[in-house]
Amino acid sequence: MSGLIKSSIARKVVMALSGLFLVIFLILHVTINFASVISPDFFNEASHFMGYNPLVQYLMQPILIIGVIVHFVMGFALELKNKQARGISYVKYNGGAAAPWVSRNMIYSGLAILAFLGLHFYDFWVHEMTYKYIEMNPENPTRYYAETVEKFAPFWRTIIYVISFVLLSLHLWHGFASSFQSMGVNNKYTPAIKSFTKIFAVVVPLAFVFIALYHHLNPITH
Amino acid sequence: MKLTLKIWRQKDAASKGQIVDYILDGVEGDMSFLEMLDILNEELVSKGEEPVEFDHDCREGICGTCSLQINGEPHGPDRLITTCQLHMRKFKDGDTIVIEPFRAKAFPVIKDLIVDRSAFDRIQQAGGYISVNTSGNTVDANAIPIRKEDADKAMDAATCIGCGACVAACKNASAMLFTSAKVSQFALLPQGQVEAAERVENMVRQMDLEGFGNCTNTGACEIECPKGISLENIARMNREYLSASIKG
Repeated sequence: MSGLIKSSIARKVVMALSGLFLVIFLILHVTINFASVISPDFFNEASHFMGYNPLVQYLMQPILIIGVIVHFVMGFALELKNKQARGISYVKYNGGAAAPWVSRNMIYSGLAILAFLGLHFYDFWVHEMTYKYIEMNPENPTRYYAETVEKFAPFWRTIIYVISFVLLSLHLWHGFASSFQSMGVNNKYTPAIKSFTKIFAVVVPLAFVFIALYHHLNPITH
Repeated sequence: MKLTLKIWRQKDAASKGQIVDYILDGVEGDMSFLEMLDILNEELVSKGEEPVEFDHDCREGICGTCSLQINGEPHGPDRLITTCQLHMRKFKDGDTIVIEPFRAKAFPVIKDLIVDRSAFDRIQQAGGYISVNTSGNTVDANAIPIRKEDADKAMDAATCIGCGACVAACKNASAMLFTSAKVSQFALLPQGQVEAAERVENMVRQMDLEGFGNCTNTGACEIECPKGISLENIARMNREYLSASIKG
């Protein structure tokens, strides 16, 4: 088993599993967020449940944070090893002739998403922690919709979110189907997995973009 | 055709190399790429200069000896061919062609365009074989029934000539397509089952030890491979490896 842990294949499987876990989280996230444009009341209820349910807070949330850390730390480690494996660079390297840009630049789309996560954590997670555990404010199940809409009032923040979702789309475009290949799945279902990946990589980020733009263009008037 | 050739020249493994420009006139479309280099070398020799060293042997696309990164692609711009099968009709009069050795830390340059690909030999030696009694009572391989589909896939994997184009094309200099082809050609056949677990573990361990990069599934290796070795083999190797490691 020690050989397994050190091997290049095991590291790729770790990337694949953590990536797929984050994909499942994205589905949950976009579903709850989309409720904010359909039913503010349901969005408040769902957000309050996620914010105060002990199972979500003390089990799911730490697992999610670990999942993100594992994915990007392993991604960096693999990228460093891969850079060293080339040694001397080519004077002319026509990578685009054989592989699409998205697949060759996962580290850059990933880094951009990581930078976005910093802003996103500051905007929502740090705010929540401060509200609950530093300021010790009482529970308020109706605050979430207004707080979310308010976040998208500044144009700069909305634009950063939209650009980040485009980069998320590029990352998913290669990453989702690629994770199956890393885990050894390449069979008669592979064309279907690749087609689903393309749909997923467009629909989910597009939904996030729509939510951000919708709240920016429909501010709460006091 | 009159061409400008930008060729990597490197005296030996310890020296620092550089790109040197050559103008070559009188190149015909029917010439192979290696014949074009032969003509350049004849000119260089006649001028008393050192010829450009490059690997070649069969010149019919089956030995895997010729290499060369041509205008940023292993074996040049054509598909499913080796450099010796590349013809100059793929280029135009006045073109500039950049010719470099395959680049990977595990493929150190020996001289000019020649690289040491013995890392592949060591991966093969780590497990790319089956133990068969050849002392006079060898069993006829055809006596064992094999599904046509498995036999075809094993044969497809076995067409890998170990040229190293997969490593050269991969942005990570990964050798997973080569290693997986050598694992697959046995994993798909009953004769390969006896040593299947040790084979994949040992070959992957050797591949990692040689300093090749990790596969990120870009698919460049499959596109640039002169024999069209499929990414299916990498998935099969991953399955075999995980299964062998977990079973212990």
